[in-house]
Amino acid sequence: MNLSLDRRSFLRVTAIAGGGFMLASYLEPLDLLAQGRGRGSAPPLSPNAFVSIDANGIVTITAKNPEIGQGVKQMLPMLIAEELDADWKDVRIVQADLDAATYGSQSAGGSFATPSNWEPMRRIGAAARHMLVAAAAQSWTVPASEITTTPGRLVHAGSGRSAGYGEFASAAARLAPPDQDTLVLKDSKDYRIIGQPVPGVDNHKIVTGQPLFGSDIKVPGLLYAVYQRCPVYGGKALSANLDAIKALPGITHAFIIADGVGGGSMSGVAILANSWWYAESARTQLKVTWDNGSATSDSSADFATRAAELATETPHGTSRQDGDADTAIAGAAKMVEAAYAYPFLTHAPMEPPNATASFKDGKLEMWAGTQQPGGVVNTIATALGITPDDITVHLPRMGGSFGRRLYNDYVVETALIAKEVGVPVQLRWSREDEMQHDVFRPAGYHFLKAGLDAGGQISGWRNHFISFNVAGAPPVEGRNGQPASLRSAGSSTLSGTEFPARFIPHFATHTSLMPLTVTTGAHRAPGACAISFVMQSFLDELAHAAGKDPVQFRLDLLARPQIAEGAGGGYDAERMTGVLTLVAEKSGWGRRELPAGSGLGVAFHFSHRGYFAEVAEVSVDANKRIRVNKVWVAGDIGRQIINPLNAESQVHSGVIDGMSQLMQEIDVQGGQIAQKNFDTYPVLRLRQAPPEIEVHWLLSDNDPTGLGEPSLPPILPAITNALYTATGTRVRSLPLSKHGFSWR
Amino acid sequence: MPVTFTLNGKATTVDAPAEMPLLWVLRDVLNFTGTKYGCGIGQCGACTVHLRGRAVRACQTPLSNVSGAAVVTIEGLSADGTHPVQQAWEKLDVPECGYCQAGQIMAASALLAVRPAPTDADIDAAMNTNLCRCGTYLRIREGIHEAVRVAAASTPTMKQSKEAK
Repeated sequence: MNLSLDRRSFLRVTAIAGGGFMLASYLEPLDLLAQGRGRGSAPPLSPNAFVSIDANGIVTITAKNPEIGQGVKQMLPMLIAEELDADWKDVRIVQADLDAATYGSQSAGGSFATPSNWEPMRRIGAAARHMLVAAAAQSWTVPASEITTTPGRLVHAGSGRSAGYGEFASAAARLAPPDQDTLVLKDSKDYRIIGQPVPGVDNHKIVTGQPLFGSDIKVPGLLYAVYQRCPVYGGKALSANLDAIKALPGITHAFIIADGVGGGSMSGVAILANSWWYAESARTQLKVTWDNGSATSDSSADFATRAAELATETPHGTSRQDGDADTAIAGAAKMVEAAYAYPFLTHAPMEPPNATASFKDGKLEMWAGTQQPGGVVNTIATALGITPDDITVHLPRMGGSFGRRLYNDYVVETALIAKEVGVPVQLRWSREDEMQHDVFRPAGYHFLKAGLDAGGQISGWRNHFISFNVAGAPPVEGRNGQPASLRSAGSSTLSGTEFPARFIPHFATHTSLMPLTVTTGAHRAPGACAISFVMQSFLDELAHAAGKDPVQFRLDLLARPQIAEGAGGGYDAERMTGVLTLVAEKSGWGRRELPAGSGLGVAFHFSHRGYFAEVAEVSVDANKRIRVNKVWVAGDIGRQIINPLNAESQVHSGVIDGMSQLMQEIDVQGGQIAQKNFDTYPVLRLRQAPPEIEVHWLLSDNDPTGLGEPSLPPILPAITNALYTATGTRVRSLPLSKHGFSWR
Repeated sequence: MPVTFTLNGKATTVDAPAEMPLLWVLRDVLNFTGTKYGCGIGQCGACTVHLRGRAVRACQTPLSNVSGAAVVTIEGLSADGTHPVQQAWEKLDVPECGYCQAGQIMAASALLAVRPAPTDADIDAAMNTNLCRCGTYLRIREGIHEAVRVAAASTPTMKQSKEAK
């Protein structure tokens, strides 16, 4: 993808009270482009960020994007502060409210904050510095070109004068902002902030327990709500023993919301009390007559059975076809066939979904931890009969998200409840609510067949991928004369360019769909978190079948000429070869003897513009208990690691999250979710974590890209491939617990 | 019936049902929101506090159990955020999202109170029931070792309070 920015952005300067200035930059909201929306049409110009400097030289930088633990709250300000040449100790960071007119796009998703902000945020800092220099030049009557800066100070060496930024902040505010095209950004060798380990801006508040998260919000007169949805996904509340509930201790309100109003909101029963515990306790007495709806036909076991049947039938469609895969496989020296499957998953952020809202005099004020705050305002405005301008949304820090809070169902429901009761309300989902009413990572079924030629190269590859369509949804109109098609369930498609597509001359991806009512969607590294396990495991099978070393087999595959036709963008074999070579070298691949029951596994994956190769060393005991002794990660996310301290954290996080996924499963049973809490949906624990995760960066000459997601996908197959080396057992479906494995 | 206990060194009286979990007494009655809800069934450790000096799950501790006892929450672990574990957590940048960290810090500080120089095995045993969805476990383990070093360096003289960020 071409991420070069349209430079037709301009700067706005505003004097602020008390002396000082504020700078805003107008830029295109690139994440809409990245999400495929707005592509082909010119998006509106919108302001993107601002910085202010007070008379004392304190630099306040607004962090525009929501923070979910990805470190964006310091990362974006670091970019501004670098080019401003600020002294980081004088930088204060404040979280923006939702204000698209001032900040442009404000979202957390797709590992997109870095690629979309790398250039514009630095330009904002550079413009601010330019204006300070100009103000000093006027005052000192010297050429601006003779003024340099040291962190937070303007210096004119010739006359020996110097001044803190605060002294010229007010004068700078009266100057016209520079033409952005004339700004010269720093050479990376001169960076003082970018590339330095910068700890989380909220760390002190976190370690001292100060209010910070959405669920910490307190406003006068606040009531706490639970919202009981139908146990069968998407069902509707018809009636309930509301009077009996209202008579229970502490309960102030109990009422039915008959139907959802968009944004994923659903019917349910709201119970409010002056402590969440009263509301939650009252729920145990709640008796509801439900219309269960159509999700009763959703069952994981049935989907697996049906997928196996569909695999023997003619596929519904074909999403990619190069050459003639079936003929190539039939004529191959060796044929390998395997069926892979992965289950539904839930996000399980440590802080369950919640929001706080106050509706008064036709205005709604909300505190909503959401990854996409801009996506919810119109829905709420319509539902409440107010305008988007009547809605204020504050963006508290989120206790994790992993994609959950890309969906605003709980935010919409909070607004509905707040309007109904007319007093401030905090809706807090319980853990059980979160697990049973998530927007789930979809299950998937891959029926793979490949041929190896006499030299052990893959001659043909065929995948029949069986996935889901949204039950009852109207068909999607075909583009470019193509026939209409079923609407795919969220995050359930397989990209036609997914590796090893383009590297195998005879290649086919066929698809078949099963109707699904339960809602699915993005889960950290959407698509990739599931696909990598399948592709990199099957490639591993092929490597062993070919009698080749798994690393060398992959290097050979990456070295094959890419099929240009229908290629799609973005796969740089050289970068992947680089990280694969690096991780092999760092892990001692092929050079270390491991004891019986131990083994190394390798995998790589490209997602979210990042190239990652990972090696896991595992030991398995006689009771099939697994210990991951060490993980080596090699990543290429461009030429600059902006914050190495957080970068390492994000990789640890990806690896450990991926390990959790190896043991997790959401089992849908007649539209109900069998797992209800962490006792049946295990998250990796400290003792199970690898003692060491070694992270290596390959700095390639590319603009930096994001890190919230791309380290996750390859760890799953790296571990399952290591299990094969260690035990001879090839794992083709998840969770691992279904094969008798557990963590030691 | 009102229950009196010591919260972060201060005598506190709460008029709430005896069976109300301490977690909700802290969060909704007393507005001490540092202690977090994660699961409500004692599986995740986000609500870990000190009761009579030991790490307990506030979601599994009824109010009646704390009558007359000393309760310490993250807000009261130190007067100024300078407990060695707090210092170590900031120094090593342990938090990602940060939501579980109050529970992690309370569990870690309870461990250090009985084992001033814990081994990795001690840490595994004491911290294994505190979940972190972000996966900060490697830095949690290192953070506890760092806290031992901080504690050793800070005695006997008073540490200067750390500059607020």
